[in-house]
Amino acid sequence: MKNLTFEERFEARVKADEKIEPRDWMPEAYRKTLIRQISQHAHSEIVGMLPEGNWITRAPNLRRKVALLAKVQDEAGHGLYLYSAAETLGIDRETLLEQLHTGKAKYSSIFNYPAISWADIGAIGWLVDGAAIMNQVMLCRTSYGPYARAMVRICKEESFHQRQGYEIMLTLSRGTEAQKAMAQDSLNRWWWPSLMMFGPNDAESTHSAQSMAWKIKRKGNDELRQQFIDVTVPQAEFLGLTIPDPDLKWNEEKGHYDFGPINWEEFWEVVKGNGPCNRERLQARVKAHEEGAWVREAAIAHAKKVAERKQETLSKAS
Amino acid sequence: MESLPLWEVFIRSKQGLHHKHVGSLHAADAEMAIENARDVYCRRNEGVSIWVVESKYVTASNPEDSESLYDPAKDKIYRHPTFYDLPDEVTHI
Repeated sequence: MKNLTFEERFEARVKADEKIEPRDWMPEAYRKTLIRQISQHAHSEIVGMLPEGNWITRAPNLRRKVALLAKVQDEAGHGLYLYSAAETLGIDRETLLEQLHTGKAKYSSIFNYPAISWADIGAIGWLVDGAAIMNQVMLCRTSYGPYARAMVRICKEESFHQRQGYEIMLTLSRGTEAQKAMAQDSLNRWWWPSLMMFGPNDAESTHSAQSMAWKIKRKGNDELRQQFIDVTVPQAEFLGLTIPDPDLKWNEEKGHYDFGPINWEEFWEVVKGNGPCNRERLQARVKAHEEGAWVREAAIAHAKKVAERKQETLSKAS
Repeated sequence: MESLPLWEVFIRSKQGLHHKHVGSLHAADAEMAIENARDVYCRRNEGVSIWVVESKYVTASNPEDSESLYDPAKDKIYRHPTFYDLPDEVTHI
């Protein structure tokens, strides 16, 4: 390793599956890509609380209510793990939040869809968390140490989210005709946006190739999407619900499901800010941040006062 | 606005084990850092004890120094029990 440049040494370490840690040398573009991806991921966890938070007071019983509360609290926690992982790269929390609030940073477009029925809480857990888990399991092996460790923690906690969602769908699909119809309607609305969560096709994905080379991502968007479809279709069949895709068919030869074309126009519209809830979500975030400012100020003032008093007592004693 | 300082969090997962670094968080003071650490890192019985230390007080070794720091230990194989040749007949050693 004597005469290698920093860059070559970095590439060699990534190639050997060694983790990169905060103080290690890394190319600026690697750092930037990670900050973009990890903060986007953190913002998604935080904004992801909004569609579900609305249903906490409307949960049909106490069992569902405590589960939803715990799930939303987990999402806050996941956001915090990820923000602190991003901060190890030399960006501070205020800047990260500012990027979210000004719309400079993105979050997963799925949260710009509304949760209009109780079944949506089931579908979000089953499909949205299911799709997120596919992506997150892969990210447990990402090349940046703090990100990988945050992911391991998140994956351990996330599995309950998906199971509680599926249980809601199961109860509804075994209920009255109206409940079954509500579950079907929810699947109809969430299926395609869930598939879009994996991002554009690999050929059209701007960052994919470089991220794969740096082992930030370990699988392509299309591979993950296919994997999600393959495991989810039998789960929908078990519920007795129909996936809203007339082209969906098992392909014996490939050993995978074939599926119909995804409406990428809709995807890009939502990314650009024109989804059903983009404005509402950002407004809610900014409002929460601004209205919480006095709490942060008071906490700092209190900490200072306590420290000063301690200092006074010490100097009197000496 | 002034920002809340950053703290490193260490958790003892059960009695008898070391505290282990789990991540970081922002808090106004040590007390708030412990409370936040409970909510952020101990939602599922992950710990029985929490340490917090303000990140600015952690001194870390420089990765550039790893050769001078760790290489000297590599060739001292006589520090390991397997270095010593003993006949098979000798047991419990």
